Amino acid sequence: MAEKKIIPCLDMKDGRVVKGVQFVNLRDAGDPVELAAFYEEQGADELVFLDIAATNEGRETMLDVVRKVAEQITIPFTVGGGIRTVEQMKAVIDAGADKVSIGTAAYDNPHLFKEGAEALGPDRIVAAIDAKFVDEAGTWRVVIHGGNTVTDKDVVEWAKEAAELGAGEILLTSMDRDGEKSGYDLEMTKAVVDAVDVPVIASGGAGTIDDFYAAFTKANAAGALAASVFHFKETSVKEVKAELKRRGIDLK
Amino acid sequence: MIGIIDYGAGNLHSIEKAIKKLGFTTKIMSKPDEFHGINKIIFPGVGNAGKTMQIIKKLGMDKQIKKCITEGVPFLGICLGMQLLLEFSKENETDCLSIFEGTVIPFHQGVKVPHMGWNEVQQIMKHPIYKGIPDRCDFYFVHSFYVQPLHESDVIGLTNYSHDFCSVIARDNVIGVQFHPEKVPKPD
Repeated sequence: MAEKKIIPCLDMKDGRVVKGVQFVNLRDAGDPVELAAFYEEQGADELVFLDIAATNEGRETMLDVVRKVAEQITIPFTVGGGIRTVEQMKAVIDAGADKVSIGTAAYDNPHLFKEGAEALGPDRIVAAIDAKFVDEAGTWRVVIHGGNTVTDKDVVEWAKEAAELGAGEILLTSMDRDGEKSGYDLEMTKAVVDAVDVPVIASGGAGTIDDFYAAFTKANAAGALAASVFHFKETSVKEVKAELKRRGIDLK
Repeated sequence: MIGIIDYGAGNLHSIEKAIKKLGFTTKIMSKPDEFHGINKIIFPGVGNAGKTMQIIKKLGMDKQIKKCITEGVPFLGICLGMQLLLEFSKENETDCLSIFEGTVIPFHQGVKVPHMGWNEVQQIMKHPIYKGIPDRCDFYFVHSFYVQPLHESDVIGLTNYSHDFCSVIARDNVIGVQFHPEKVPKPD
């Protein structure tokens, strides 16, 4: 089978890596190019860069970072944040990214998945889905605008739609768990994994090696993404992978 | 000089960078008359089979590719560039270049596609391209279809994704790899 993936995520703002809790209270976490090289050396399987400010002037800064990262590393990486058009997707791919992730823009215009998949190939299109548990609904709902808007859309339904429209991978982030280091939302992840035919990356909540282990063994995620634990050196990619391998997880 | 075939699908960046890093010169070729002065050819694949065959036929690249292969120019097809070397692809029901006998088929239902990530290549035959590469080394895969060559002798590498499939194909001067060789896993 394909090996499981450990994926450090670099949230970016104004050309720097930042990290917060439940999408706010951002702390500086370093230079993106240096961090990318460091994580590659540590054995990261892929990287994800998310431009969380995604302003117009920020976009050019981001493309510049993408070019520098592409020069520096040889593992695949995904870039997302504020991408709204096929032209912007192409610009990111041309700058050297392997995949682009689309979130809010595709929620507003689901055909963006289809157009992107047709223009660049489905293998390059990642559906970035943020979600949170809504008590009144008793289920997980899709969250857009960087966590500011909770929609009525059921996360499993949206994941299915995204995959059917052409997204080749789903990056599923639990907003409830983001930066909390209390473990992935395994129940939500499993619900999505079971519902779609494309690989699903679990995101939000990684705190310990047990959390990564559970994402693979309990939720059957194809990959596990993490930011805080790696940026603030609570554990390392190397350490996580060595321990997971010892426990029998198939990793590179 | 190593020629890289460009049919407008974009991003030859990583492949070109990797070749330059190895100390070779490259030339991006987007028209048949740009093939002169080339002693090796790389055919990277991005996109789907139907559209890509349509484009390369329109550009007249299909004939040029076949001519170079017949003349013995070392040729490497990557990912879709490997698949298009077969006779026919189930992806968009496409007639391909017919360098190898066989077809390109999708993974069966119930398997997560694309097969996206690192996976091992089992070297089932000796071949010069494996020089310096240990058996069952990891490579990076991104694909939903795979080649099924008619002749077993053409299959030199296998990878397991729900079942074994042909991940490296070779005959004479032509080699095809399903993975992306420019992606390098670290540490080994």
